[in-house]
Amino acid sequence: MNFILSDVQNGVMTLTLNRPERLNSFNDEMHRQLAQVLTQAERDDTIRCLLITGAGRAFCAGQDLNDRNVDPTGAAPDLGASVENFYNPLIKRLAALPKPVIAAVNGVAAGAGATLALGCDMVIAARSVNFIMSFSKLGLVPDCGGTWFLPRLAGRARATGLALMGDKLSAEQAQQWGMIWQVVDDEALTDTARQLATHFASQPTFGLGLVKKALYASETNTLDAQLDLERDYQRLAGRSEDYREGVSAFLAKRPPVFQGK
Amino acid sequence: MSELMIDQTQRILTLTLNRPAARNALNNALLEQIAQTLESAQKDESVGAVVITGNERFFAAGADLKEMASRDMPATLNDPRPQLWARIERFNKPLLAAVNGYALGAGCELAMLCDITLAGDNARFGLPEITLGIMPGAGGTQRLIRSVGKALAYRMVLTGEAITAQQAQQAGLVAEVCPATLTLEYTQKLAARIAQHAPLALQAAKTALRQAHELSLSQGLQHERQLFTLLAATEDRQEGIAAFLEKRPAAFKGR
Repeated sequence: MNFILSDVQNGVMTLTLNRPERLNSFNDEMHRQLAQVLTQAERDDTIRCLLITGAGRAFCAGQDLNDRNVDPTGAAPDLGASVENFYNPLIKRLAALPKPVIAAVNGVAAGAGATLALGCDMVIAARSVNFIMSFSKLGLVPDCGGTWFLPRLAGRARATGLALMGDKLSAEQAQQWGMIWQVVDDEALTDTARQLATHFASQPTFGLGLVKKALYASETNTLDAQLDLERDYQRLAGRSEDYREGVSAFLAKRPPVFQGK
Repeated sequence: MSELMIDQTQRILTLTLNRPAARNALNNALLEQIAQTLESAQKDESVGAVVITGNERFFAAGADLKEMASRDMPATLNDPRPQLWARIERFNKPLLAAVNGYALGAGCELAMLCDITLAGDNARFGLPEITLGIMPGAGGTQRLIRSVGKALAYRMVLTGEAITAQQAQQAGLVAEVCPATLTLEYTQKLAARIAQHAPLALQAAKTALRQAHELSLSQGLQHERQLFTLLAATEDRQEGIAAFLEKRPAAFKGR
C-alpha cells in the first residue's frame, strides 16, 4: 500500500498522507514510507519546497490507535519507542530541511497530526478545519514537537490551555492567535498552497534555508550568540550564486533567476 | 595526490588530511608525515602556528583497521605508533584543529592532542574503539576525561557513541562551533591572530598550559613562574610592553 503519495513538479515536492479511510493516521509502515520520501526531498537539490497535505477529508488524525492495542492486563506499552523511532526523527528532519516546508491542512488535524502541522514552516488551513490537541484526553503528552512548538506559537497561557484541555481549536482562532500563516476557504486551499509552494521553488533556496536555520537557532541562543550566527550565515549567503544574481538583476532592472545555490 | 597536503599562507601552515577513500584514517605513514612536517615547522621561523584539518565529511574516522588487524600482541608491543604520537605531541608551536564531520577514534585523539579545536556544526566526536573489542590507544581515555569530566568521558568510551559539535563545546572539548563551510577559514584566522604574538611567549605559555595536566598545582605554579621569568630576558618582552605604552603595534622578532 502507498500510504504516502509523492509528486515532484516545478521544484515542489507534494507529499500526501494517504490513508483516507483511517483519517491519514500514522502506523509504522506509513512512517517508514514517509521517511523514505523525506530522504528524497533531502537529497534532491531540484526539490526546493516541500508541501505536505492529506488525502480525503482529514489532514492527519495522529497515531492510529488501532496500532496500539493496549492489553489492560498486560505490561505497559512503550509509547516512547514510536516517538523515538518515528516522530522525533520526522520533526528533526523537517526542521533541518534547508528548504521551506508548507502544511496545507485540508481537514481535521488531531494529536500528532496537529502538532506535525504546527511544526511546518508555513501553515495554510482550510476554514472548516480544527486542530485538536487530543493527547491529554488519553492521559498522554503532546508529542511530535507539540510541547515545544505550542508555547512558541501560541504563548504559554494559550499553549497550556490547549494542551491540558485537549479541545478543538478552529483554523480561524489559530490564525487570530498567530499560530498559523493563513486561513482560506476550503475550495481555495489547494490552489493557494500550490501557489505559495511554486513561488518558494523559484526563490533563493540556499538563503531561505539559512533563514530557517537561524530562526530555529534563535530559540536557544543568547542575543550575542545569535548575532555571531547572523554574521556567519550572512557571510555564507553573501557567497551564494543567488545573491550575485539578485544584485545584478536589481542593478539591471530585470527579474532575477535564482538557482537555489 | 599526497595523503597530507601542506599549504603555507603567511605564517600559518595548514595540513590537510587527504585519504578520502579511507575516510582520512590515520595509518602509520600518515602519522609519520604529520610528525615530520611538524618537526620541520618547529625549526622554520616563518611558521607561527599550524592548523590540521580534513575534509567536509571527515576530519579523520579512526586508525587504519587493516593495518591494526595484522598486528598481534608482540607486534603491538613494538608498534612505532606511540612514538609517532609522542613526536606530534612534542610540537611546541600553537597547533589548531579545524574539525568538520567525523573525528572518531584516532581522529578524535588527534583533535584532542591539538591545543585548540574549532568544529563545524556537522562535526561528531567519538571513541568507538570499544565496539571493535579494543580501546582508545592514543590518549583517548586520558585527554578526554581531563577536558570533559567523568560522566561524559565514561559514557563515550564505554558506549562508543559519538557526541555532536554542540555537546563537545558544552563539555569543553571544542572552543567554538561554526558553520561547517567556515570552520577552516575561522581556524586559520584564529591561528593568524595567535601567530602575531611573540613566538617565545607562545612557546612558554603552551608549555605551561601542558604542564597543568602533568604537575600538582604548587609545582605547576612554580614552573609557570620559571617560564615567566625566562620571558623577562627576551627582546620581544621589551618590545611588547614598549609598543603597548607607545600605543603602536609590536614588531616581534622571536628573540
